[in-house]
Amino acid sequence: MIQKFRLYGHYISIVVRGMMQYKVSFLLTSLGQFLVSFNVFLGIYFLFQRFHQVRGYSYGEVLLCYAVVLMEFSLAEMWARGFDTFSGIVKNGEFDRVLVRPQGEILQVLGSRFELTRLGRMFQAVVMLVYAITSVQIRWTAGRVLTLVFMLVGGMAVFAGLFLVYAALCFFTLDGLEFMNVLTDGAREYGKYPLDIYGRRVLRLATFIVPYSLIQYYPLKYILGHVSGPVYIFLPLLAVLFLVPCYALWRFGVRHYKSSGS
Amino acid sequence: MITMENVCKSYRIAKRSGGFHEAVKALFHREYEEIHALRDVSFTISDGEMVGYIGPNGAGKSSTIKILSGILTPDSGSCLIDGRVPWKDRIEHVRRIGVVFGQRSQLWWDVPVIDSYELLKDIYTIPDQVYRSNLDELTELLNLGELLRTPARQLSLGQRMRCEIAGSLLYSPKILFLDEPTIGLDAVSKLAVRDFIKKQNQMHGTTVILTTHDMQDIEALAGRIILIGKGRILLDGTLEDIRRGGENIDEEIAELYRSYEI
Amino acid sequence: MKKYISFFRLRFSMGLQYRTAAAAGIVTQFFWGAMEILVYRAFYEADAAAFPMSFEAVVTYIWLQQAFLAVFGAWIIEGDIFEAIRNGNIAYELCRPIGIYQMWFSRSVANRVSKALLRCVPILAVAALLPLPYGLRLPASPLHGVLFLLTLLLGLLVIVAFTMLVYITTFYTLSPDGVRIFFVSAVEFFAGAVIPLPFFPDKLRFILELLPFAAMQNVPLRVYSGSMTGEEMLRAVCLQAFWLAVLVGAGYSLCRRAERKILVQGG
Repeated sequence: MIQKFRLYGHYISIVVRGMMQYKVSFLLTSLGQFLVSFNVFLGIYFLFQRFHQVRGYSYGEVLLCYAVVLMEFSLAEMWARGFDTFSGIVKNGEFDRVLVRPQGEILQVLGSRFELTRLGRMFQAVVMLVYAITSVQIRWTAGRVLTLVFMLVGGMAVFAGLFLVYAALCFFTLDGLEFMNVLTDGAREYGKYPLDIYGRRVLRLATFIVPYSLIQYYPLKYILGHVSGPVYIFLPLLAVLFLVPCYALWRFGVRHYKSSGS
Repeated sequence: MITMENVCKSYRIAKRSGGFHEAVKALFHREYEEIHALRDVSFTISDGEMVGYIGPNGAGKSSTIKILSGILTPDSGSCLIDGRVPWKDRIEHVRRIGVVFGQRSQLWWDVPVIDSYELLKDIYTIPDQVYRSNLDELTELLNLGELLRTPARQLSLGQRMRCEIAGSLLYSPKILFLDEPTIGLDAVSKLAVRDFIKKQNQMHGTTVILTTHDMQDIEALAGRIILIGKGRILLDGTLEDIRRGGENIDEEIAELYRSYEI
Repeated sequence: MKKYISFFRLRFSMGLQYRTAAAAGIVTQFFWGAMEILVYRAFYEADAAAFPMSFEAVVTYIWLQQAFLAVFGAWIIEGDIFEAIRNGNIAYELCRPIGIYQMWFSRSVANRVSKALLRCVPILAVAALLPLPYGLRLPASPLHGVLFLLTLLLGLLVIVAFTMLVYITTFYTLSPDGVRIFFVSAVEFFAGAVIPLPFFPDKLRFILELLPFAAMQNVPLRVYSGSMTGEEMLRAVCLQAFWLAVLVGAGYSLCRRAERKILVQGG
């Protein structure tokens, strides 16, 4: 296990060294990543200049929601976004190379496609989270802090699972995967508001199709003091189980690849 | 020892025809085509043999190589390499084989070649001592010296191929698959590569399986030739079996292809 | 003219090949639209008086935005143009009997129009069938309808002229990725893709409406939805024409200079 982590570290150091050959590109791309998320923040800011509250949520509360989701996403993206370029890996035959090396497929894909530029969004997520925590009026009890930490863990797992699903689907088809953006980038974009903003039906979909509500709505309600009960603290951890079906789909995809050789 | 018995493999691919009208039609209806890549392929290769695997484009060469290297699962038939089924025991199997795809690179593009090798050392968990002695030997035989400090993208095709081959031999594989290793190389590099492969086979008894369109490769390297066409093994013998007194080996091969109607 | 049409046909049939991609794109955009509308519904319920345009107009704005996403998306960039500049294949393009600027311009227009044609019809059709206030409305008047088509065309040309500037800067900078993502995020925000311009604070909005970004999707979408009328509409159309002329002029002359540079330096 330790050896796997060392190998992953080695992959990352290669990617970073390669990236440093293009410092300007790296800086500008990171800046761009930052700006994209900053735009979303500005959107929220401008809307709240006009409206002050939405469905009972204040500016600070919405900001906290956005910051947490952005952080969950960035954490997952840091190490699992390698799957994002997976269609390319399948198309150009690079996956053949992965299969002729004596290491797990996931480790190799994630290692070789570590995306340093995502630091731009991560930076934005950190800034947002600090800003949100200082501007929202909440008494930070141990239970609430723990909930926040578990949200980040569970959220990272859910988004990583979705990236894995996307990659697994690449084994079967290379077109039509755009709809997966709804589940990843879409969830990040629209996760900026607590899910009940969108109405009951959306909330239900976001609980049973992909367990977003476990990493956003319910624990957030607990942090904001709208609900109580220790069960809400641990709810986000339940979302980690989402990785199980995602991994199963990936295994199925690898098997399909090996039998179709496409 | 490699044995393949009655291996069959077929693919189903979607027909995609050109033209505006056809594209509109394909919106509603798509036709599939069954391609028999391998029909009942059997052969045995002993340890230390050098085999040229030849045939026109689309004959089934790369399907065979993919099955032998554990990337592809056949529809039926069996394949055993040193007592292992490649696609079932992938990780243990690939540790003992080297694969060089002439048209694709296994080196990391933006970092010096030696950094790629260091990573390969971790991927294949090569013990320090073995790594060092192999690297020294390969550096000398392939004259890598200066190249090791150069990023792969700055290498010429010939230089890169030498580095690719060395990369596939760092962990002393028992079997080496070379898929068009001399494609696009200049005369000097071709000679150097051929010379090295021959030496590697003599010094370490490495089994070499070579696919190529360059008949001079075959002439220089392969004691045995397996000819495949339309998914069937058509001829398994020596270069002498192919030679029919013609002046030029390319003409003889073309004649041979014509006589088999492939 | 004929060669431009053949570009377009080629693009269109290429787009048709990827029918699954188109279907997935339509579903995705439909989802985006629905979620966006639900957000504005929540804000509308929070404070209807603070709404700068009617709720129905916002809904119409959003559906049109989704339907014509391929026309206005700032991120829709011709990868092969960047590639040609970077790897030097542009030398071949210089040999063709057609100016680089005109060729790339028409190619970008063709790409956007063919993508949008495939996607807009189903989105508009379904959106029009939705019950009010969540459905797409007809234009405010026949005049608004006609002006919508005109401003849509002008908006398309403005955004393409703008992306042309991005391509051309690649001749002069080493990092097209950086330039690209920077421009994309700026254009997206100032054009009103994140939130429609009327929702911006008034002072900022006053400045933004004078910039070329507002001449892209902002004008046609608001003309159709009826949130822009009379004199304001006329002024917006003139601004569109003005920016189109400026951007094309700047792009064309920069392109000529870059071409000369290549011919002199040999790429």
